[in-house]
Amino acid sequence: MEILMQIRDLLCQADDQQVLQLVTKAIREKISAKEILEKGLLAGMNIISERFKNHEIFLPDVLLASKAMHAGLEQIKPLLIEASIPSLGKVVLGTVQGDLHDIGKNLVGIMLKGAGFEVIDLGKGITPEKFLETAQAEQARVIGMSALLTTTMPVMKNMVALLKDKGLQGKIKTIIGGAPVTEAYARQIGADAYAYDAANAVERVKELIKV
Amino acid sequence: MRPSVKFLSDDLIKKIVSEAEQLLCTLGIEMRNAQALGLLADHGAKVDREKSQVFFTPALIKKALKTSPRSFKLYDIPGKETHHFQGMQVYFTPGSAALYILDHETKEIRRPVTSDYISYAKIVSQLKYIASQSTAMIPGDVHEKISDSYRLFLSLLYCDKPVVTGTFTIESFEVMKNFQLAVRGSEKALLEKPLTIFSCCPTSPLKWSEVTSQNVLDCARYGIPVEFVAMPLSGFLAPVSLVGTLIQHTAETLSGVVLSQLARPGTPMLYGGSPAIFDIRYETTPMGAIETMMIDCAYNEIGKYLGLPTQAYISLSDAKRLDAQAGMESAMGAVLAALSGINNISGPGMIDFESCQSLEKLIVDNEVCGMTYRLLQGIEPKEDFPSLPLFQELLQEKHLLISKHTRRYLKEEIFFPGAVIDRANRARWKEEGGLDLEQRAHSEVERLIHSYKPSEMAGEIKNELITLMQTEARKYGQEKLPELRKD
Repeated sequence: MEILMQIRDLLCQADDQQVLQLVTKAIREKISAKEILEKGLLAGMNIISERFKNHEIFLPDVLLASKAMHAGLEQIKPLLIEASIPSLGKVVLGTVQGDLHDIGKNLVGIMLKGAGFEVIDLGKGITPEKFLETAQAEQARVIGMSALLTTTMPVMKNMVALLKDKGLQGKIKTIIGGAPVTEAYARQIGADAYAYDAANAVERVKELIKV
Repeated sequence: MRPSVKFLSDDLIKKIVSEAEQLLCTLGIEMRNAQALGLLADHGAKVDREKSQVFFTPALIKKALKTSPRSFKLYDIPGKETHHFQGMQVYFTPGSAALYILDHETKEIRRPVTSDYISYAKIVSQLKYIASQSTAMIPGDVHEKISDSYRLFLSLLYCDKPVVTGTFTIESFEVMKNFQLAVRGSEKALLEKPLTIFSCCPTSPLKWSEVTSQNVLDCARYGIPVEFVAMPLSGFLAPVSLVGTLIQHTAETLSGVVLSQLARPGTPMLYGGSPAIFDIRYETTPMGAIETMMIDCAYNEIGKYLGLPTQAYISLSDAKRLDAQAGMESAMGAVLAALSGINNISGPGMIDFESCQSLEKLIVDNEVCGMTYRLLQGIEPKEDFPSLPLFQELLQEKHLLISKHTRRYLKEEIFFPGAVIDRANRARWKEEGGLDLEQRAHSEVERLIHSYKPSEMAGEIKNELITLMQTEARKYGQEKLPELRKD
């Protein structure tokens, strides 16, 4: 459908005003919310994602495109809920207990939202119990933890242990990151994934949820 | 004439400082420390305890700047003065708190262990142009709760130079302070002859964590010098304009100055930082970017305008190897920093965005520091006027290799770097093995480790340090510390 291709292309140009107008028009023309989402908005974000992976565009371009996507998404959200169409998935993010650094975590949140995930960002200094409580309340499928201090990394280990203790390991997946964190550490503590930067985090989360 | 470089007019500095003060008074700073908030409130700041937000006043800032020392000295373990941070006097120190070390054998980065740290301390103790040591690496073979204090412990055991350091937790401060009291003998002696500088880092934008603000208070209690290391990131967590970044840096650093001076007027401080630009192509914070270096030099001018000695993370590199990029970025930074008069230049040895130390690079950087010191001596006449007699001698003797003038001034005028810098002609270079920079540097690493002479620290002090460290380790379940060499 031409209008959906236009939405896709204008999203790639980060024209949030036009995306909003065309999505509204598409709704009026009785095009389903699912099609608008998949063939218009997410199709555009997939192109953006490819271009970003190929280093043709950079983070600010992704953020602007993401802004255009959300402008359109806000219009179809009520229709998606009505038709019981889920988002790609919910991810609970936070910097672990005792740690205040959140630059990386914030970038991951931005990129995940841009990719179509619903992100619940708990902020900084989050305990394993708080991560779990939120993930369960929101029915999130992934908990993402960030740390910049080696002294706070053990909280990640405690989170994995808590999930195991509650019989939730594998049902709620864990992904970790941050300057002192490594792939080896993730394996050592039994985390499901490690990401070295925000773009990599999106790829890994997609793998975890099998999108 | 000492050569120098300047980036900001006085007028621009005044505008930046004025904007920063407005930021502090209007938007305030988030400070997650009840004791700090209480202290600031007691002195007239408006505090929103629910949001942990403090709003400064012009009077508070003025009062703090009035009591801020314009200079201070550092002393080594035996008590000899090694640093006088003042004016345009510059000193180098290795970049600190690296998570990794570049392994010469494998060319890979890995977590350092105790033996790496000891090698580092032995090397830095012999580097002529690096006046202090830092707790440069975080050893990975001890419990993470003692990873900060353990570095200082090893530094004090193996190297006499004063230490630029810091804590990762509030709890660690106690033992790190006690190490220093053991060396100096009393609080009064430590106050008179500071042995360390603690890095205290606000969190950009415009925040202080509980740990780092508590560090400021704890250091002030004992008169331990601090360096404020704010890290705004241009274009991401700070304005993309360098002036905008400088406004933010000024606000964040001044907030530390006020806190420190209220806690104890006269506490020695360095107006420091580690800002960077944000490279949107890689989402990294390059320390080797020319703009990063310009911001460092510029905020140093602001610090001097405010009457404070300064510090910066500069003369390091984002490269992953000891390669041309590593040399280029480090040398540019060292020269710019020295010309600007940054008093404490933190960087030698460091690569990979402040995350990795390299012993070989430390050797090379030491030479860069040496060259930089020669640069700062500038160009001064050396009995050059009148010059006729000297030229008459040259024409008569056909050379000046052994003239009185040459013999008198050769070593003063020409800096002769160590063997790590290759100046041989090609034939000789080939004959001597055709070694590249890294090989030559590694050869020097091994030589310095073997030529190391142990510290002459009194046995009782050594034993006290060991006891303090063992007690601290046991608190976290580490019964035995890694084996130390007998020297």
